[in-house]
Amino acid sequence: MAHLRHLAVVPAYNESATISQVVGTLKHAASHFDVLVVDDGSTDDTAMLARQAGAAVIRMPFNLGIGGAVQAGFVFADEHGYERMVQVDGDGQHDAAELNRLEIAMAQDPVDMVCGSRFLSRDLKYPAPISRRTGIHVFAFLLSRLVGQHVSDPTSGFRLYNRRAIKLFARDYPHDYPEVEAVLMLHHHRLTMREVPVRMFLRGGGVSSISTGKSAYYMLKVLLALFVGLARRRPVVEPGDEAPVAASQGI
Amino acid sequence: MDRLQLVSILAAATLLLVVLELVRRRRLLERYALLWLLAATVILVLAGWGDGLQRLATALGIVDPPNAIFFVALGFIVILLLHFSAAVSRLSDQTKVLAQRLAIMEHRMRRLESDQRAPAPEREFGSERRRTPFALRDVE
Repeated sequence: MAHLRHLAVVPAYNESATISQVVGTLKHAASHFDVLVVDDGSTDDTAMLARQAGAAVIRMPFNLGIGGAVQAGFVFADEHGYERMVQVDGDGQHDAAELNRLEIAMAQDPVDMVCGSRFLSRDLKYPAPISRRTGIHVFAFLLSRLVGQHVSDPTSGFRLYNRRAIKLFARDYPHDYPEVEAVLMLHHHRLTMREVPVRMFLRGGGVSSISTGKSAYYMLKVLLALFVGLARRRPVVEPGDEAPVAASQGI
Repeated sequence: MDRLQLVSILAAATLLLVVLELVRRRRLLERYALLWLLAATVILVLAGWGDGLQRLATALGIVDPPNAIFFVALGFIVILLLHFSAAVSRLSDQTKVLAQRLAIMEHRMRRLESDQRAPAPEREFGSERRRTPFALRDVE
């Protein structure tokens, strides 16, 4: 595996409480990964702390939201020719030490994306409030039927991508709350995925991008995107298609 | 069912379909579609469900129930316009930040280029010369 180039992308928005530790753990537990922190317009010293911890940092000029920030990571990985990219949240809820589980899964079974799931293992309990877990299970149920494959944790952001998935998502990635839709996009492009059980912690500090007030919007937005996504003949822009935001006029 | 009700139903249903089609063609982000969908759905329900319209009209003190449809539609127009004003405000703020970053970047790039082109002797004041008030080494 050592000849492949690996990139760990850490989207971070005001994560100064945890970012040093996240980067530190990545450098220690996954030393063959280059670490790129995508600072999504933080107003605290997330970028500086990440640099001090030894990560490369790109700063968004303003807050783009998780979708835009992660896509910046995909574009970076694509342009710099990385063969593997892993996405690790900046809030410390993913355990970088478990990255090797994702890597082993991808090495054993050549899928395009390996996703860390909180719900696959009985002994790894995820200590989230019931409301959040219910929301996740609703998406899991719908998505499993849409893609015809059991997806237990569609909102997990702990994901390892190969070159094909990197190229796809560099071209097109959802704006808000992208994880669920991304699975559907993979499916539409006949890319494959599998899940492996991982442990997740509750966030170490900072504020989640999904507050309780936004949960309803989150549910509605993702449901709309899923159902409209089904009606798209070509849900994702392929090379040579019209650009997603094209100059063509009118309705 | 009177004619106005029928027209309202048709208009709201058309709006609903157009919005969904725009999302499907990726001309409209889900973010901006949700409010339109809400407006179209509520108007559709009110127009189709005469009893509900009657009750709403009574509650609002509107004598002629169909006017309640106009009232609700007007309310949605105000909310949507406000929503767009907020969106435009955010966009202009983002454009401003982008322009600033671009201008600073251009300055840094020019300085880098002129430093590279500068012949060796000039490099001696180089370190002094570069400390212009606009030197932005420390800018993050």
